[in-house]
Amino acid sequence: MTEFDVVVVGGGPAGSMAAWYAAKGGARTIILEKDRDIGYPVRCGEAVSDAGLRQFVEPEPNWIAATISKIRMVSPNGTVIDTAGQALGYVLHRRIFDYDIANKAAQAGAQILTKAYVTGLRFDDGRVTGVEYDYLGEKRTLSAKIVIGADGVESRVGRWAGLRTALKLRDTESCVQFSVANVDVDPERIDFYVGHTYAPGGYLWVFPKGNGKANIGLGVVGTEAKHYKAIDLLNRFMAKEFPNASTLTMICGGVPVAKTVKKYTADGIMLTGDAARMVNPMTGGGIISGMHGGKLAGMTAAEAVEAGDYTEKFFDRYVKRWNKAGGDDHARLYRIADAVDSLSDSDLDDIAAKLTKVPQEKRSLLKIFSTAAKKRPGILIDVAKAFAGF
Amino acid sequence: MIHIKENKCDFCGTCVAVCPVDAIEMAEADLKIIHETCIDCDICVWVCPIDVLESRVNPEEEEVASD
Repeated sequence: MTEFDVVVVGGGPAGSMAAWYAAKGGARTIILEKDRDIGYPVRCGEAVSDAGLRQFVEPEPNWIAATISKIRMVSPNGTVIDTAGQALGYVLHRRIFDYDIANKAAQAGAQILTKAYVTGLRFDDGRVTGVEYDYLGEKRTLSAKIVIGADGVESRVGRWAGLRTALKLRDTESCVQFSVANVDVDPERIDFYVGHTYAPGGYLWVFPKGNGKANIGLGVVGTEAKHYKAIDLLNRFMAKEFPNASTLTMICGGVPVAKTVKKYTADGIMLTGDAARMVNPMTGGGIISGMHGGKLAGMTAAEAVEAGDYTEKFFDRYVKRWNKAGGDDHARLYRIADAVDSLSDSDLDDIAAKLTKVPQEKRSLLKIFSTAAKKRPGILIDVAKAFAGF
Repeated sequence: MIHIKENKCDFCGTCVAVCPVDAIEMAEADLKIIHETCIDCDICVWVCPIDVLESRVNPEEEEVASD
């Protein structure tokens, strides 16, 4: 049986960041990825804020499909609110981006294995001590001082260690996205369509990807998904708004819009990224949160290896670091998202109508929301902030 | 009993995420319901974005439906 200090399950941005920082800190590290590729299939709208990304890496030109400087919100009756600012962010080519982040982990010394499907954990006296996995039909085991579960929204690694990660329906967005060609969209603007008409309990997005291409998708909250299927709503929208579009990729997926799970560490194991529900609960954005969580988990793992202490108690420093970096903020956004959910389509239309009266030059996102929205202005400022940071 | 419609699943894992009893297994291109563990709560059926899962009352009905 091969032995590692740190085994990371999942090779998305959270897993790669964790492996990068664990390896950088001197830990013998491996990533096990179940799919044949790092970065594919892309289950993501691919939008990311510039400031968020720069916390970790300098954006590379070949990652960027579109540079975003404008945001449009469309209310249920079609009222349009446009805002413009500086370079706010990007729509990424996740396939290339994920490869490069994994490459950083590899360059720091981490090994990476794809087609490696983790089927269970190994335990010794209640402590996690490794994983069992299938590699091209062959059953294998790896022993590890620490397992980092970065296995995404569908995470089972935590459950096997007794961590309760099952998502509640109200905390899950049921999503479908088409990556389309031949659509006439502003190449620098991301659009959000809000309200029950488009996406009950969620929103619909149009993110440009350059050369007449775009990611167009929507999410329906789990509690409404019994009555409204994401695929039907999206097909209806496409037929109405973009009848000439060609679909290059169709993908579906679940997006957590939850607070970070209550407990995401135990002896020998830490969860990170979507697996720990480290996602902005207002927008469902998970790239930056996942990278941040992954980095902190990886740093902590390297420190634990150096200290020879793999206990839950040692991992407290990971929990403290994450709360400061995003966890506390997400708990606050979760409460706000809850309040926004209570706004009806006509509430949203009223707010949009007021916003259109604010002169365009004053429409910095924060200003329009603070000056025009009489209805729960505080809430809406926070909504705007959440979207501006994706 | 939860039934997986053939050739429809995209293996996105949304059903796995919401399953309260960890009764769904998913590999790169393989989805399985662990019927011994499943409690037939149906929330996987509701949350599926593309309507891959369906709930059938009993195995006999399933046989009739597949005939």
